[in-house]
Amino acid sequence: MSTANLAHLRERAQWIRTETVRLIEIAKSGHYTSVFSAAELFSVLYYHTMRISDDPQWPDRDRLILSKGHCAVGVYPILAEKGYFPVAWLDNYARIGSPLGDHPDMKKVPGIDFSSGSLGHGLSIGLGMALGLKTRQSPGRVFVLLGDGELNEGQIWEAGQAAAHFKLGNLIGIIDRNGMGLDGMTEETMRIEPLADKWRAFGWQVSEVDGHDLQALVDLFDALPAQSDQPQMIIAHTIKGKGVTWMENSRVWHLGYLAGQDAQRTIEDIRSYQWT
Amino acid sequence: MTTIDIHSAGIEMQEQDSWHLGMLRTQAHSAIAARVLAELADSDPRICVLTADLGFSNRTVEFSYRHPERFFNLGIAEQNMVSAAAGLATTGMIPYVATFASFLGLLCCEHIRTDCAYPNLPVRLLGHHAGISLGYYGTSHHATEDIGIMRSIANLKIICPADAYSLEHALRQTVHEEGPIYFRLGRGREADAYQPGEGWEYGKVSILRRGGDAVIFANGIMVAAARQAAESLAQEGITVTVADLHTIQPFDTEGVLSLIEETRQVFVAEEHNTRGGVATAVADAIVDNGMAGVKLVRIGFPSDEYSAIAAPYPLYQYYGLDAVGVAERVRTVLR
Repeated sequence: MSTANLAHLRERAQWIRTETVRLIEIAKSGHYTSVFSAAELFSVLYYHTMRISDDPQWPDRDRLILSKGHCAVGVYPILAEKGYFPVAWLDNYARIGSPLGDHPDMKKVPGIDFSSGSLGHGLSIGLGMALGLKTRQSPGRVFVLLGDGELNEGQIWEAGQAAAHFKLGNLIGIIDRNGMGLDGMTEETMRIEPLADKWRAFGWQVSEVDGHDLQALVDLFDALPAQSDQPQMIIAHTIKGKGVTWMENSRVWHLGYLAGQDAQRTIEDIRSYQWT
Repeated sequence: MTTIDIHSAGIEMQEQDSWHLGMLRTQAHSAIAARVLAELADSDPRICVLTADLGFSNRTVEFSYRHPERFFNLGIAEQNMVSAAAGLATTGMIPYVATFASFLGLLCCEHIRTDCAYPNLPVRLLGHHAGISLGYYGTSHHATEDIGIMRSIANLKIICPADAYSLEHALRQTVHEEGPIYFRLGRGREADAYQPGEGWEYGKVSILRRGGDAVIFANGIMVAAARQAAESLAQEGITVTVADLHTIQPFDTEGVLSLIEETRQVFVAEEHNTRGGVATAVADAIVDNGMAGVKLVRIGFPSDEYSAIAAPYPLYQYYGLDAVGVAERVRTVLR
């Protein structure tokens, strides 16, 4: 990928972060760091990888399920920018009557492929979508963004065994492996490692990648097989709160609120962040 | 009690005592469902069937023989199955999900609510062997709270057919219905409740008999029991209306209240706890519409205890959920 294109993806990821700060200031509470760990994933998926069109209901489109639904605030600005709904909706984020809340509602928000929020459901939803698309001989693929904490849920592994059983090569899981949940490190709260081995044992093709390295993400998504009888699991190693120096790997910022000068300073921090 | 040989599939058994899952009977509710769905699927590519390692119990294997590419056995993982059905529905499919009512209505309650009903997707949930029809399998396999749970979920329709005849009507009339539907099915091996030609309309209470002393609202297996009870009561000079309240959601408030108005003496007979089910739905309609002077008698399972252990028929008898029990209850109240 050209330097200019990579710079564009970087700019989009930064914009996702600054928009997240802006929107959460309206709601007065939100999951900043869960978006920040996934910002590069959103940038690459929505601005490079996914086959989507101006019609958010295009039957053969690629889908993205936000199984970690609390990152939706980072996706709303993208969907508005794509023209799926008025940009002005963002200014009333989470206010009474707004279609936009902390967890996404597919009936209210064009471009949201499934309503989520109850952790552990998303891979099963993706499994059903992938089965349906395969049955209907659609080329559409299904991406499921999973939090690492929600891998504690048993239903994830029910879906994992079924996707391999049904040979769903059109199902791609992405684990935002930021290492932290609300109570702290995933490995302290409830150990999920060895993650790659577990998914391999369940019959998935597993890749690991630096989830903030745009070139690596582009290369990995570009290399996804067009035809496969194996579901794909991408473990994206990320940093919770990435892109805001003082939020990175912080235990206290899973949920939070930045107002006024603090929000402005955070936005400046995001804009001046030194990417290596 | 008759002892059932599990290898005797296809052989006519003494129905009154037999109930084994492995025994095939053509009028079993789920066998009817599989046949009707296979027929509907011949001309409708959207229809698919999911089950959780119960294909030989609920006879959805019959569907799989005809449409193998649209039959998905998800293994013993019911919550994954219900969520996957919701995902399937977003791609334009109409998934019919079949498993025991205890697992659908209780284990998968949140998945039905959050993944099927909240996005209002056309997922069809076939909860079979509802009530205590799994007999001495015990409370883990009984579903006597499912209607109460399902009733509280927005967007969800609930239908409880009385027999194979009405189940077939229910399936055919609701194929194009928007949003999710919970079909509450029994074993379906009881005698038919309907006579050929009697009307069955989705969303409308079916009046099966007219009388002047009371009205009995029933559904599921209690419809045949109520009809039989009404016949024996008639010989004693007590005449009752028998109405099949098969569609619990949307609730036919007008139809139900107009029948209540005739005598203001109401019995509700259901294979469900007396709290939260159809009796409560009828009580809600009475209270919400300010209808005064109504006596409501609930015939069902006691809500504050778990079921005794026995085969289904002895259990129905024990709890008064048969023709004799219903007649006795009506007689006692009206006397």
